[in-house]
Amino acid sequence: MQKSKLNRQFFDRLIDALMPVFAVLAAFAVGAVILLLQGVNPLEAYQAMIVGAFGSKNGLADTLVKATPLLLVGLGIAIAFRGGVINIGAEGQIIMGSLLTTWVGLQLGEQVPGVIVITIGLLAGTLMGGVWGAIPGYLKAQLGVNEILSTIMLNQIAIQIGYYLLRGPMMDPAEVAAGTNIPHSARLIKDIDMPRFTDIAQSLGFTQSAKDLNIQGFLGELYGVLVEPTRLHSGFLFAIVMAVLVYIFLWRTTVGYRIRAVGLNRHASRYAGMNVKRTMVLSMTLSGAFAGLAGAVEILGLHHRMFEPTAVSAGYGFSGIVAALFGKLHPLGIIPSSILFGGLLVGGDKMQRAMQVPQVLITAILGLVVLFVVSTDYLVRKRQSRRVDTSKGKDEKDEDVEGTAVPTTKPEVSA
Amino acid sequence: MAQENNLLPSGLPRIESLEMRGIVKKFPGVLANDHVNFDVKTGEIHALLGENGAGKSTLMKILYGLYQPEEGEILLNGRPITIHSPTDSINHGIGMIHQHFMLVDNVTVAENVALGLKSSRGLRLDLDVVSARIRELADKYGLQVDPQAVISKLAVGERQRVEIVKALYRGAALLVLDEPTAVLTPQEVDDIFVIFKQMAADGHALIFISHKLNEIFALTNRVSVLRDGKMIGTVNTADVTKADLANMMVGREVLLTRHRPPVTVGDARLEVVNISANNDDDKPVLKNVSFEVKSGEILGVAGVSGNGQRPLAEAIAGLQFVADGQILLEGQNVTNYTPAQMFTSGLSYIPEERMHDGCIKDFSVEENAILQDYVRRPYSNWIFLAFNQIAQHAQKLIESFNVKTPSRETPIKNLSGGNIQKLILARELAREPRVLIAAQPTRGVDIGATEYIHNQLLHQRAEGLATLLISEDLDEVKALSDRIMVLFGGEVMGIVRSDEVTVEQLGLMMAGERAEQVFAAA
Ligand SMILES: Nc1ncnc2c1ncn2[C@@H]1O[C@H](COP(=O)(O)OP(=O)(O)OP(=O)(O)O)[C@@H](O)[C@H]1O
Ligand SMILES: [Mg+2]
Repeated sequence: MQKSKLNRQFFDRLIDALMPVFAVLAAFAVGAVILLLQGVNPLEAYQAMIVGAFGSKNGLADTLVKATPLLLVGLGIAIAFRGGVINIGAEGQIIMGSLLTTWVGLQLGEQVPGVIVITIGLLAGTLMGGVWGAIPGYLKAQLGVNEILSTIMLNQIAIQIGYYLLRGPMMDPAEVAAGTNIPHSARLIKDIDMPRFTDIAQSLGFTQSAKDLNIQGFLGELYGVLVEPTRLHSGFLFAIVMAVLVYIFLWRTTVGYRIRAVGLNRHASRYAGMNVKRTMVLSMTLSGAFAGLAGAVEILGLHHRMFEPTAVSAGYGFSGIVAALFGKLHPLGIIPSSILFGGLLVGGDKMQRAMQVPQVLITAILGLVVLFVVSTDYLVRKRQSRRVDTSKGKDEKDEDVEGTAVPTTKPEVSA
Repeated sequence: MAQENNLLPSGLPRIESLEMRGIVKKFPGVLANDHVNFDVKTGEIHALLGENGAGKSTLMKILYGLYQPEEGEILLNGRPITIHSPTDSINHGIGMIHQHFMLVDNVTVAENVALGLKSSRGLRLDLDVVSARIRELADKYGLQVDPQAVISKLAVGERQRVEIVKALYRGAALLVLDEPTAVLTPQEVDDIFVIFKQMAADGHALIFISHKLNEIFALTNRVSVLRDGKMIGTVNTADVTKADLANMMVGREVLLTRHRPPVTVGDARLEVVNISANNDDDKPVLKNVSFEVKSGEILGVAGVSGNGQRPLAEAIAGLQFVADGQILLEGQNVTNYTPAQMFTSGLSYIPEERMHDGCIKDFSVEENAILQDYVRRPYSNWIFLAFNQIAQHAQKLIESFNVKTPSRETPIKNLSGGNIQKLILARELAREPRVLIAAQPTRGVDIGATEYIHNQLLHQRAEGLATLLISEDLDEVKALSDRIMVLFGGEVMGIVRSDEVTVEQLGLMMAGERAEQVFAAA
């Protein structure tokens, strides 16, 4: 009897730990049923997916290229969650960030050395995203405006600003001349491209390809990603460095401490003399800043020009939330999680092409993953709280344990 | 065996006896229960006594099915039973009212009682039935509970009655009461004791946890004492003295009386001049309150809770807007300073609702140790936290107040209730304040720690600290304070020297008579 109880505890923990994996598997299982109904062999389809995402150097490169904005956005989402606010405005923040970065690139490109333009461009995107995050933060803190509503509106505004600029002042002069009126900017000059992996490898002296060196199989593909020309750019490394910095920020610095304190227990933070409102604005600002940075990196590392706003943000503002949750809102956890979701995006694409399944189906499967991940996350929390201590009341749990406190409209006394 | 007279007023069978044998429960780094034997009988109120972290709540949570023990068995009426969850224990007739209980807020009493029930499918339809049953139970047990009342509008004492009704509703024959009196006013305690005694007389079995020895003697038949997870012994309450119990609990002599030596008082450190304040609903909560606290002085604040004590403390701490009047700290005008400014000016505030306002449960002991001072040296260089210094500081707090914790990195939600309290007190005193506001400082802490806290307050007083001691425990207020201020309806009824006033006179003032009237009558 004793033994069975210990086993049960261990088993409980194990289940919790594996829950995200189950979630993905469950989503795939449901997806398989849908595929079957479509007359597609799900095993073949999933094989196409996995091979497409991770099987070749170009697949791998694309996966990491998509993981980059997911990771950056996810970091911002994690900061917001930790600070007890919710940022679903990352789409708009990405767009605003990429717009300003592009503008900086267009203005400074010719006159200033590339490295400096890249730096300024990244900073500009970060700043712009930060502003776009600060607005809902401020509205919430000062006027009690629900941040979910305001961020959704700001997303729309960002899209419209984007179209306005791309059809007007920022439109590619070539398009204007040709009269085609496609809303995109001119290509930024090559000097301000963030270096690709292959560029870095070349400059380090790795000039031979996998074929030259006779490295075969998956290792060869891996080598290829690092050395041969692919779309993979240094933004990915940059994002990983950021993840480490965010980890240090949240757990080693005074400001990170304050953000986490406010996120976990607003009352105690106020009693301890922290400025709760200002901290919430700060969390939103930082969250937006990372989304803006994601936009900047997309421009300088990948697209090298601004085009249709929603195609640049490409849903990363939302899938970044899932990546963050899947990574347990831990900066280092979001690294593998964003690679996984990057892989899903790329693999889904490949599967669609290989199996001739409609695009909506891919979206549906991704949606299922999201649904299952979020609901199992909820389930795990419930299981844990039930197991540890059910004496805590419902509302206390909402604020203190889950840390994703709902907006308060109650005015707080502070000067 | 089941006879007619074996039924409880609620119509359910009694629990003749319940026995826990050889219970062992381990948590990471602690042996919370070490082969504990414990039993309780029908008609009995059995006290469970022990220092903070002795394992009382743990033992009771095992009985209630919240924790699974590693070893041991539970016997109901002599037969072994298994309890895997609260549902099991409820089915066996066991109910529990938790330490720091919390009810779902924005629902009515009836909804709340119906909420956790397994058979709550047709919740809406059932509510009338539930209400009727609540009324019936409330009647039978003399519990005043209105099934339609909204929980969030109820005072703590009323909420507690709801908890009891809820347990009875679910068929509790045995009721575990984990520190039910810690949050109650003395009057509410008297009321609830009448109910507990009646319940026992009716054949319920009650397990009662409290740190207040007076209550143990007033209420219980037997006492079991836990120390460091081990059962020290079970005695008849009538056969022992307070000192005996204190000894069993702590393992050494505990001084139950306080000696307040005369000290020379210095300049006024805290001056409150005619302040008034309103609450969120714009109702006045403080009206023209004036007083001063000098260096080396403890000013006690007595009053039935809800008469302005909390707004007063918060006005001084910068948490409550002061509409009118002035607050001076060491001669400096600090009216409507922010809390942060107040803390840097030399104020420490031990809030009443410490579990909620004074700590962050998911933070570790270390992180909680620096809640106000995390940006200050030596705990940080403004940007980065200095973990060595923080660890040292936390260690100092743990040692100074004998806080029981597996490690400094343990999230404090895993500490026992009293140990969280001790950590917060230790933190506030260690800040070396010029002025201290201590609200209910010994609520929920064991007698050893109470002694220590009292001695600390007296020690700091001798060092020149000015203390505002807010407490509902009149014995505590009288023992520690040089002067006592009584608040009623947000007004000062009078400020009197503590050795010149009787408890009765204080009682009259707390009921709204001014000091002049009270003393004119005497
Ligand atoms: N969920 C938990 N996880 C880890 N340790 C725990 C947990 N619950 C309790 N403990 C530890 O078990 C010990 C006993 O705690 P318990 O809550 O039973 O004490 P208690 O006697 O009720 O004290 P108090 O009078 O302070 O309420 C403590 O050392 C505590 O730190
Ligand atoms: Mg306890």
